[in-house]
Amino acid sequence: MQFIGKILSSAWKALFGDPVRAFGVVSVALLLALAIAPAKEHFSEWHSYQRQYLALIHDRGEAVSLRRRFQPSIHQIWLPELGVTDRCTTCHLGLNEASLADVTQQPFRKHPVVPHSLDGFGCVICHGGQGAATTVAEAHHSERAGEEPLLPARFIESGCGQCHQNALSGTPQLNLGRTMLARYGCVHCHAIVRPDGSRMVATDHPPSLTHIADKTTREWIFSWLKDPQAYAASTTMPNYKLSDGDASDISAYLVDSSTTQPGDTSVTSAQPAALADPSAGPSLYGESFCSSCHAVQNAAGNLVGGDVGPELTRIGNKAKPEWLAAWLDNPRIYDATTPMPHYRFTPQQIVTLATYLESKSDSDYGSGVHLDAANTKQIAHGRKLVVELGCAACHEINGVQKPENFAPELSTLGSKPPAQIVFLPGMDHSLPGYIGAKIRQPRAFGASVKMPQFTLTPAQTDALTTALLAQTSRARSMPDNLRVAATPDTTYQPAGHAGRLMTELACFSCHRINGRGGEMAPDLTWEGSAVQRQWLTEFLHNPNTLRPSLIRRMPRFNLSDSDNKELTDYILTVYQSPSIDQELAPAASNTTEIVEHGRQLFYSKYACQSCHIADTKVDKGYIGPTLTQVGSRLTAAWVYAWLRNPQALRPGTTEPNENMSDDDARALTAFLMSLRGQTGHGATL
Amino acid sequence: MTNRLTARFAIRSSALLALLVLTALAACKHSAQPEAGLKAMAAGTAIVESSGGHQVGVIGTALKDPLVVQVNDDQGTAVPGALVEFRGTAGASFDPATILTDSSGQATTSVTLGTVGGRYHLSAFTPGKSKPAAVDIVETALGYQQRVGSILADKYCNRCHDPESSPERVSNYDNLAVKPHAFTDGGTLNKMSDADLTAIVQHGGPALSRSALMPPYGNTLSAADVRAVIAYIRAVADPPYETAGTVYARK
Repeated sequence: MQFIGKILSSAWKALFGDPVRAFGVVSVALLLALAIAPAKEHFSEWHSYQRQYLALIHDRGEAVSLRRRFQPSIHQIWLPELGVTDRCTTCHLGLNEASLADVTQQPFRKHPVVPHSLDGFGCVICHGGQGAATTVAEAHHSERAGEEPLLPARFIESGCGQCHQNALSGTPQLNLGRTMLARYGCVHCHAIVRPDGSRMVATDHPPSLTHIADKTTREWIFSWLKDPQAYAASTTMPNYKLSDGDASDISAYLVDSSTTQPGDTSVTSAQPAALADPSAGPSLYGESFCSSCHAVQNAAGNLVGGDVGPELTRIGNKAKPEWLAAWLDNPRIYDATTPMPHYRFTPQQIVTLATYLESKSDSDYGSGVHLDAANTKQIAHGRKLVVELGCAACHEINGVQKPENFAPELSTLGSKPPAQIVFLPGMDHSLPGYIGAKIRQPRAFGASVKMPQFTLTPAQTDALTTALLAQTSRARSMPDNLRVAATPDTTYQPAGHAGRLMTELACFSCHRINGRGGEMAPDLTWEGSAVQRQWLTEFLHNPNTLRPSLIRRMPRFNLSDSDNKELTDYILTVYQSPSIDQELAPAASNTTEIVEHGRQLFYSKYACQSCHIADTKVDKGYIGPTLTQVGSRLTAAWVYAWLRNPQALRPGTTEPNENMSDDDARALTAFLMSLRGQTGHGATL
Repeated sequence: MTNRLTARFAIRSSALLALLVLTALAACKHSAQPEAGLKAMAAGTAIVESSGGHQVGVIGTALKDPLVVQVNDDQGTAVPGALVEFRGTAGASFDPATILTDSSGQATTSVTLGTVGGRYHLSAFTPGKSKPAAVDIVETALGYQQRVGSILADKYCNRCHDPESSPERVSNYDNLAVKPHAFTDGGTLNKMSDADLTAIVQHGGPALSRSALMPPYGNTLSAADVRAVIAYIRAVADPPYETAGTVYARK
């Protein structure tokens, strides 16, 4: 102690003993203090990156211009409207330098081509991270309260989804995620409100369970509840991981609460004994194009068919024969809003098809299930479970009300601060990690979590995560002019008898008209301008295929003559395009010279035969529709307008706009209208 | 005085010792690369690619199909239980990165591409031998623009340019009198400049005195769309498309 005191006093004397010396010492100390700030800046991380950048560009041919654009300071993109203060460009110096395309060394790489300017949107909008930070650790990896680290590249499309509520061609993952939110029933329980205030609506069709006992047995319901994917691999019904007792009680309540619907279990006059031909069932199934909407698992375990309707691999295990027959006779009796068309089968056809479908069963499925009759206590417990699990959020169930806001709202999930998240041990400490884990294994977050187990591929989970990450609070606070609204389906409903027919035939399940309907088949909004009456009448009687390479096709609905006429009249009168004037069509009486000129244009100048068949003997192209009978199918006015600009009539059609002159279009129209199916034998393809 | 000196020496030497221990620990941690749990139960002399090479994926995502390699012995028979390690460049990762071959001598891993678009040269080898057997695998990652191009190509181009048919989409390739070039045909397409490709896409085959079977897309696709399609063609070209390279100033 004494020794230290001695040293201190001698040091004091040495430094401040003399006023001049003291002045010198204080001056040196002051100078050193003043040097701290510049030194700190000089040795800062970003400064060293800027020096590396200068070294990188030093030897390059365009060094002079690169150096001229380089500023030795902290750079900042400041966009107050978007809440962006990004200093990323301080170190990422080559982002906008087209000539640095060959540089792979980070942080100097050129930014890949994207549709937006970096200066207009900044970096964190898409990439996440802390834009205002000037060190790598803080900018990229900070996990401090409320701070999100950089977003992994595979979720980058979520950035686009903040402004773009519509489906973009460049963001398939985001589009898939949004489609799935609507299609897998997520939005039945979770409210998702878009930034413009519209609510995401479900696009699936969970069946009503009010008459479930007409359709199937309690044993099947039990097996289904235990493991929906064991019955149909492709079903979107999730697994609630129910105990045997719970599944039994729920099935008891559903059967007990089910009411009978008159007409659900019709008895047809035709006898199954008439089924001499075993191939009649499969061929009727094929002819009716059931597989356009329904899938069946083949021997190799692959699903073959569409995903509009439920998978039919084991339909025989589920549907009661008498219900199935009634359903095939008229599905709208059981379910008024089903997407399934009313086929107008004959009684004989119904028996044939029902017998064939009942044969699609698996004797092992549900074979060990024997349920004793339930007592009132069990039924009451079943009802309690139905309420607790939120079954009625998707399905209509007698005696249970549809719950409102059953699950947490997800409208701003993409801005949930990590500090508010309870991460599980071993889980990636990031928002995408949390969302992904929650979708994959919801029950891992606690026994009280009601969210069921979905069966999703990793790509589907990533797509859902991307769509949810796009639901940020920034998307809500940004200026309106940056928002691109979604184009929701309209509620268009054709009027009158024809409208009722179109509902019965479920035209909207496949066709789109005036902004409502499916994407599987052509848009019919202007169909009345396009086709000729006789062809339409014949087509509705017996739809032959226009595109031989398509495997999903229009089924035959066995329409009566009066219904056919009703529908034809309606389509020809109402679905007229205002831009097509049938009066101004090229003259019907075309001279042979014009037709011949059109033929030459077809084969030489425009080489239409690469995609179309005009003469089945020589042409082979089958991307577009076969044109052998186009003269008796389409109107001249439509053909002419189509040749001038196909995209104007059907946006997004693959037929290229050839920028055809008026003369060429007229000559080609004359040639096409001369194709009436007399030439060639393929007239009835 | 001596007391202080020894004390100081003791502190200094113990600090030095601690530093040494730390360095040694760090070195140990660094050298402990191969996964501890896996030990080769057999060894092969050759390794071949079974499937999963030459895939085209999107940056930052896992490839659709797993990568499968097979370890063989001198006679060409599959070796089960051999240790295989996968290695990649530019942020490509594997799950798992080291694995033992299964009963049929195959090692399967899932590949996740890095965040940079372009070719990924991956390798699989049998570690722990003086002369490890190795095989190189090439995968392609598409960036944003290339993927937009691939989506457009799928809609407008591949029906003719891709000779492969699928049940959902039958190729029109065989129906054409003049055969179009597959987009992977780098031997032909690499020799064409971006300007020529743009001309042929926008104005059709006759723009370069080629077949009129190729229609013009200049009024259907935007200029950005055409650039994206060309970026995609360049990305999937085999042999790979080489740009002119960096221009350096003379010293």
